[in-house]
Amino acid sequence: MSVLVNRETRLLVQGITGREGSFHTAQMLEYGTNVVAGVTPGAAGREAHGVPVFNTVTDAVAATRPNVSIIYVPAPFAPDAIYEAVDAGIPLVVCITEGIPTLEMVRVYQYVKSRGCRLIGPNCPGLITPGQAKVGIMPGYIHQPGPVGVVSRSGTLTYEVVWALTQAGIGQSTAVGIGGDPIIGTSFIDVLAMFQEDPETEAIVLIGEIGGTDEEAAAGYIREHVTKPVVGFIAGRTAPPGKRMGHAGAIISGGQGTAAEKIAALEAAGVPVAERPAQVAELIRKALG
Amino acid sequence: MNIHEYQAAEIFSRYGIPVNRGIVCASPEEARAAAQEFGSRVVIKAQVHVGGRGKAGGIRLAAGPDEAEVAARQILGMTIRGVPVHRVLVAPAIDIAREYYLGVVLDRASRRVVVMASAAGGIDIEEVARETPEKIVREYADPLLGLHDYQARRLGFALGLEQDLVRPFAKLARQLFTAYMAVDASLAEINPLALTTDRSWLALDSKIVLDDNALFRHPEHEALRDPQAEDPLEQEARAAGISFVKLDGTIGCVVNGAGLSMATMDAVRLYGGTPANFLDVGGGASSQQVATALRLVLSDPNVKAVLINIFGGITRGDVVAEGLLEALKTVDVRVPLVIRLVGTRQEEGRHMLAEAGLTVVDTMEEAAQRAVQAAEGRETRA
Repeated sequence: MSVLVNRETRLLVQGITGREGSFHTAQMLEYGTNVVAGVTPGAAGREAHGVPVFNTVTDAVAATRPNVSIIYVPAPFAPDAIYEAVDAGIPLVVCITEGIPTLEMVRVYQYVKSRGCRLIGPNCPGLITPGQAKVGIMPGYIHQPGPVGVVSRSGTLTYEVVWALTQAGIGQSTAVGIGGDPIIGTSFIDVLAMFQEDPETEAIVLIGEIGGTDEEAAAGYIREHVTKPVVGFIAGRTAPPGKRMGHAGAIISGGQGTAAEKIAALEAAGVPVAERPAQVAELIRKALG
Repeated sequence: MNIHEYQAAEIFSRYGIPVNRGIVCASPEEARAAAQEFGSRVVIKAQVHVGGRGKAGGIRLAAGPDEAEVAARQILGMTIRGVPVHRVLVAPAIDIAREYYLGVVLDRASRRVVVMASAAGGIDIEEVARETPEKIVREYADPLLGLHDYQARRLGFALGLEQDLVRPFAKLARQLFTAYMAVDASLAEINPLALTTDRSWLALDSKIVLDDNALFRHPEHEALRDPQAEDPLEQEARAAGISFVKLDGTIGCVVNGAGLSMATMDAVRLYGGTPANFLDVGGGASSQQVATALRLVLSDPNVKAVLINIFGGITRGDVVAEGLLEALKTVDVRVPLVIRLVGTRQEEGRHMLAEAGLTVVDTMEEAAQRAVQAAEGRETRA
């Protein structure tokens, strides 16, 4: 088991002939992901790395029955790509794109939810079930199959923590990058619930950062609903207020969203919070006993 | 992106919001002329992208042109929370009966836009939210349908406004919401919103923060950017597509990824140092971008050591190494460099750097410790 993606994943790549889409399609295929189709309007009939390309998601769905779509489409066109995937009935849509206008995401979030679909991202590295499916831009080789579920708002910081786990001989069930934007399709709580249900996940790593109150909400959820051990890491202890730290969502505004508040909330919920990324592996080892 | 009060007021008035229109002045003489034109008591307000300007003395009343000139001279020479004042707004002083707050902001928790109002206007709304949250009333806009009229009216009733004031207030709330959505703001605020002695509504201060992610679909907003209000290094970084935030420490950081960049700053502090900046070179960081990043960081005279932390994913180790070597050719590196490089093709990258006589360390912890030692003038070599 695992969550969201696995050997049964049949992946569609939207924006497959673009620079990013093409590069990462090759990477995902190399990892063993079952990429069944790609979409680029006007490129039907072509192949990208042996994958058939269609004009529309509807055509791709009719011909290849994908159950997950990943979007590598520039920000101005990414919301439309999400709508297209959702309208074609794809239940899980992963949007890598950074820079989508926030108010556009307010609408997208509501629409996706109303259709009963799940969106991961945007502005995320995607997700990976080691040894089964890589649906994203993360380097595959740093992961190994195992019992730890990872959920994170960040990209490279997740790689850092995963790498520390792998080097300590601790594998991952699934690692989910939920994205660094103020509005994202899937929250910490959604993924925590999935890991709690997943019989192969024995412990959970939650990697948060400054901005918003999702970590505080997650802490409340953990206290009430999560029986598996959780270890946290929060980036941005040294971040100044009022400044956007790279991610659109990483900003302390109105005195809200500080690392200190998030750490306090997690610790109050019984979640040990690592001071350094590598320490996450030590705390997980302790938690796994 | 932050814009000035006078620019926000112009936008508000385009959406029908009554604003206290003033004249923007860059010199005391202009302020004098503006006061003369209004022929009344005037208020002179610093135009800076930071809050708390009132408390800092950046807002003054003047009885006439003479006082206006004096006040403008004082304010134009001020630095408010580190930001020098280059312009003031001169506007007629208003006879205020009551002051309110009206704002539109994104509520991340509910993933909706929320319209907030309070009868405790004119003061720091964050303070009100903290101390007396019951004094703020809220209506959440439907993501697809927007703010309904009844919601705008409900705000007015919740504030306890007299019947005759509710409809004009509701109209104002809808106008502010419309403006917020139309310009892709992340904040639109009127504080204070004045109820004047003749019972009309007037925006005395206008504030808009624009969503950086949406600037591509509002090319007209580029003209609102004030280059004088932005740190020159931050401007250069933005032009190069690098996320950079200047801090006041001594250890320059060059990192790929926003989360990792914050974690690197935190590690520096954990080992007793202080980060000089946040810097994310971005995903597919090219040689040129890494070189620009290094130059940016080194141009800060406070920097005593530079920590480069690259975790390759889509950023290849050999590309990063190439960029570093390129940069080192063009940049005068007068401080110790500590490099940590992991990821795709790390061996090639490390080999290239080692051949050039640079030291590469294995872990982020080690890199942070070494950088702190180096900044303190201690030996960095193992």
